[in-house]
Amino acid sequence: MARFVIRRLASAVFVLFAVSVLTFLIFNVIPNGDPAVRMAGKQPTERQIEGIREEWDFDEPIPQQYLTTMKKLFTGDMVSYFTQLNVLEEIKNGLPRTMALAIGAALIWMFFGVALGMYGALHPDGLRDRLLTILALVGISMPVFWIGALMNHYLGYELTKSLGFELFPNGGYVPFAENPFEWLHHLILPWIALSILFIGVYSQVLRSNLLETSNEDFVRTARAKGLSSRRVLFKHVLRNSLIPVVTLWGLDFAVVVGGGAILTETVFDLQGVGQYSAEAIGQLDVPPILAVTMLGAFFVVIVNAIVDIVYAFLDPRIRLDSGEAAT
Amino acid sequence: MPEDAIAAEVELDVVGVDSAAAAGGASGLSPGRLALRRLRRDRNALIFGAIFLLLVAACIAAPLWSKHVAHRGPDDQPSSSETVTIDGEEVPILGEFSGPNAGVPIGPTWQGEYFLGADSRGRDVMVRLLYGGRNSLMIGITAAVVTILFGLFLGIISGFLRGITDTFVTRGMDIIWAYPAVLLGIALGTAFALGGLQIGPITIAGDSLILPVLIISVIYVPYFARPLRGQVLAMREREFVEAARAQGMGNFRIMRSEVLPNLYSTALVFFPLLVANAILLESALSFLGAGVRPPNPSWGTMIDEGVSRIITAPYLAIVPGLMVVLTVLSLNVFGEGVRDALDPRGKLRLKT
Repeated sequence: MARFVIRRLASAVFVLFAVSVLTFLIFNVIPNGDPAVRMAGKQPTERQIEGIREEWDFDEPIPQQYLTTMKKLFTGDMVSYFTQLNVLEEIKNGLPRTMALAIGAALIWMFFGVALGMYGALHPDGLRDRLLTILALVGISMPVFWIGALMNHYLGYELTKSLGFELFPNGGYVPFAENPFEWLHHLILPWIALSILFIGVYSQVLRSNLLETSNEDFVRTARAKGLSSRRVLFKHVLRNSLIPVVTLWGLDFAVVVGGGAILTETVFDLQGVGQYSAEAIGQLDVPPILAVTMLGAFFVVIVNAIVDIVYAFLDPRIRLDSGEAAT
Repeated sequence: MPEDAIAAEVELDVVGVDSAAAAGGASGLSPGRLALRRLRRDRNALIFGAIFLLLVAACIAAPLWSKHVAHRGPDDQPSSSETVTIDGEEVPILGEFSGPNAGVPIGPTWQGEYFLGADSRGRDVMVRLLYGGRNSLMIGITAAVVTILFGLFLGIISGFLRGITDTFVTRGMDIIWAYPAVLLGIALGTAFALGGLQIGPITIAGDSLILPVLIISVIYVPYFARPLRGQVLAMREREFVEAARAQGMGNFRIMRSEVLPNLYSTALVFFPLLVANAILLESALSFLGAGVRPPNPSWGTMIDEGVSRIITAPYLAIVPGLMVVLTVLSLNVFGEGVRDALDPRGKLRLKT
């Protein structure tokens, strides 16, 4: 087990390093044009460009540029030339909001995904199952920002107008420390909007995993022994089918924090890290996007490594088999 | 995001070679023919496949609608005094000058001109929808094709040649995989927006439509190449490869004439799904401003424009979104049908 962990962590470190190099190359080297001009964003002055060139060492050889960029990022020395605000500070401010959105949505979609998947698997191809499949298909076909915007408008704005009171708020975020109830109140619609898609995917994945496991011999044995379908489902089949779903959940959670939350935050005006980077796009403001991209990918790599290690712990076949495997 | 959701790997068993024998080789039908038969019997898949083709046809016919029905282009902006006749009345396109609905452009007229109404700049929504659909569909389909081509190439060389090539390619894909899809799209889209991209002698402009295609392909190649590589790894050990070697075929020949044909069905299964996800990713990136750049229309940019005016004219956001949903849904249903036809034993499963 220890050998596996060490190997996995070494692999993660390598990927982290490669990600930092690639992100650096994407923003400063690969595109056509002067990196200092690109960094300065829209309508920069000549002096600004010169200053940026100095600050980021764009006249130096590329490896030196890389080191400078890394140093600026990790010592919190990066500033957006458009908003004049420190990038790391802004990220720190937005992080609790993004986390609140991601964690809440992840719990919701995990719960409902599993519940609906089990529901469908109990009576496969029955009416309920087919209905759920249709809903799942529609759910994964909707752009999350579109359904979010519509929910925000019709449930947050129009409904409030006709009811006379705010059943759902019209976007915005209230910090937990300020008012826990309002914090929850403002997160309900974003959580639902973000979960829809994943519930669609997870319910179908779990359903097919469950059905597949149900065909295995040990299940036949359990039923032969007299256990009811439900009992078999809960006690035996679920545990087996759940492990891959849980690891998938870990990955998706990391990806949502890193990137998926961007769209939901923007539409509901939650002012999280995602929205911070989305606003930078409009101005072609590079430093925030560079920082968020790098940190987002870092987060995914680390969570991936943790998930793999936990999975290896739960399923001994993995750690004995690792290295050569096709995955 | 579905693109994130397909982070679950799709693992396929090698069905291609087996199914001829398994499906009753005595009847003499090739696996391709059998698959087509199964697909033809799948009513839902066919209906939705037809819907998708209709949407594509409608968008291709955009110039026809623009010229003969609407009499205006996607970028034609009327002046504030221009009017259009609805039920015999002259209504200003950009809305009344005063009163409770001041400045609100006209809604759907259900006539030839401004069939679906006007957007905030007075442009014909239906015309933009069709032209935007052209861009969105073009980007989606092209990106899927490029992804499959690159994925096949990388999957085959890394799975078959193993060794350094394999390590190199898998590492590279791991690195791209580490980036959340939307974030990587934003990073690439923003980085290339100003100066464009230069590959050797070829320069791609910052607002070229080729950029979103390349960006989306780069993001999706790992999702496709990985399971493909798994299949190739399994194929390597099979007798027909051994037989080909015994015949004196070199690596390249084996990859091209023995391995590749067995991967066609996998590529076919993935294709509709890739197009669907590419369209969703493109709409997300264009919505944020990192995909299709104005003035080029796309469903994503239209949703963006609609959302910013959602209070006064919600249909501006609803309509392009519905088009996306309809397109992606039909592709998903059709894609399921293709998968069921090519892989009826259900060996295709989502695995981490």
